[in-house]
Amino acid sequence: MFDLRDLYLQVIVDHNKAPRNFGVLKDYNHDADGYNPLCGDKLHVYVHVNSEEIIEDISFEGEGCAISVASASLMTETLKGKPISDFPDSFESFQHMVTSDINEEPDEEKLGKLAVLAGVREFPSRIKCAVLCWHTLKSAVEDSHEVAKTE
Amino acid sequence: MMDITKIRADFPILNQQLYGKPLVYLDNAATTQKPQSVIDAITHYYECDNANVHRGVHALSERATADYEGARKIIAGFFNARSEREVIFTRGTTEAINLIASSWGGANIRAGDEVVITHMEHHSNIVPWQMLCKHVGATLKVAPINDAGELIIEDFDALLSERTKLVAVVHMSNALGTINPIEHIIEKAHAVGAKVLIDGAQAAAHLAVDVQALDCDFYVTSAHKMYGPTGIGVLIGKEAILDAMPPYQGGGDMIRMVTFEKTEYNDLPYKFEAGTPHISGAIGFGKAIEYIQGIGFEAIAKREQELLAYATARANGFDGLRQIGTAREKACVLSFVLDSVHPHDLGTIVDREGVAIRAGHHCAMPVMQFFKVPATARASFSIYNTEAEVDVLFNALKKAQDIFA
Repeated sequence: MFDLRDLYLQVIVDHNKAPRNFGVLKDYNHDADGYNPLCGDKLHVYVHVNSEEIIEDISFEGEGCAISVASASLMTETLKGKPISDFPDSFESFQHMVTSDINEEPDEEKLGKLAVLAGVREFPSRIKCAVLCWHTLKSAVEDSHEVAKTE
Repeated sequence: MMDITKIRADFPILNQQLYGKPLVYLDNAATTQKPQSVIDAITHYYECDNANVHRGVHALSERATADYEGARKIIAGFFNARSEREVIFTRGTTEAINLIASSWGGANIRAGDEVVITHMEHHSNIVPWQMLCKHVGATLKVAPINDAGELIIEDFDALLSERTKLVAVVHMSNALGTINPIEHIIEKAHAVGAKVLIDGAQAAAHLAVDVQALDCDFYVTSAHKMYGPTGIGVLIGKEAILDAMPPYQGGGDMIRMVTFEKTEYNDLPYKFEAGTPHISGAIGFGKAIEYIQGIGFEAIAKREQELLAYATARANGFDGLRQIGTAREKACVLSFVLDSVHPHDLGTIVDREGVAIRAGHHCAMPVMQFFKVPATARASFSIYNTEAEVDVLFNALKKAQDIFA
């Protein structure tokens, strides 16, 4: 039996309670809105990519359920300091993890801390919460000016 | 005295476990469960009587027609309609409201006219009026609510004028549980010459409705919130008004005679029932109403008030819980938020305890905006729920709080 504690792992609860990289960046060159109107989750992601194409700083603000807030917190923590060219691969890995078969072990080497969100697979109605921040960041780095949504 | 054990035994779905725990179904405002008599009537129709209605001369068609029209008769009696001509089957409340907006509204609402609704309407009693008003250049007016989630009557009265052509009001709010004073609303609206539509989707399983005593022009509801099947509902309207309305959809059954030059429409209620109807749905709806009649509204109201009082008392004593919707006149709905747990996390956590509640905006986003919450958790009760189930809910809420502590 899949336990609730596998979804609401202590690390997820912690990131929800004290989200990392929360707030507006002073200097940023990409940003985007994410909004799931049906559930009310709302995010804004700010990114500063420097001249060496490194994500020098990244932050988010907004409100939502524990899964969406923790996911955004973990995403910013993971990507900060990484080359922007790594983003598409990280995006794909995360997307794959949360939609893959429950018996498939998450690739912890690739995903690092993000693997704690693998439990969301067991809760199909909550996957959209976990991926909202990723789609919002994608919108930001592509300067698409479109509000991201995952519903 | 109601025998809850016996009532629970009428609903086969309740006898199951989820995640190894007994199902506690507290999402009755979304849809109620179905008693065996309704399930059997639907099965019987498909096993023994299935045929199209109103045309065949063969035995099955005669039986199907008799049962379909029999259901209409049961519904007419239940709501005290003047005749079966006033009872129009629809897909549900939403389609009934759209029918009125399109047919009656299209013929009667003009530029400069006003339609009055309230701040606690379900989207289905907002959007059709927005669409109509935009189309014809009319204005949608919204009567405000107070912090308890009650309609502010003086403000409602003040919105009415000779420009008001229609007042469309929810009988019982699905998001808050509030019961509106529809007698007063109907009287005041009629005094300025407006017609009145009552959205009874949430109310009809909990409150006795007599459309003649109320004198409402339209009363609409859905079977599935009153122990009947989904996909079927009803519009009950005054015959003179329905008679003067143009048809809503064209097709078979709604005509008397068709040539390429001209069509003569059928009489009421068939004028508004184009196409093969949801025959089994109507039959199931009739059975569901007989089930309610078998218990009686006096016993239902007494039991549901007991249960709501118990749940409200538990909520009042629960640290960190804020109730959304504390109207003096309310029924069966406990809408709330917890300080430390988002409603969607709460929905997921209590689900794993076997408890089904709704988390979200309840198709009433303006209500969420008024109370400045993104969503609420909502437990909604029915005749088959017990105090013990309410306890299971509150134990699950405590567990959710502990996870986030």
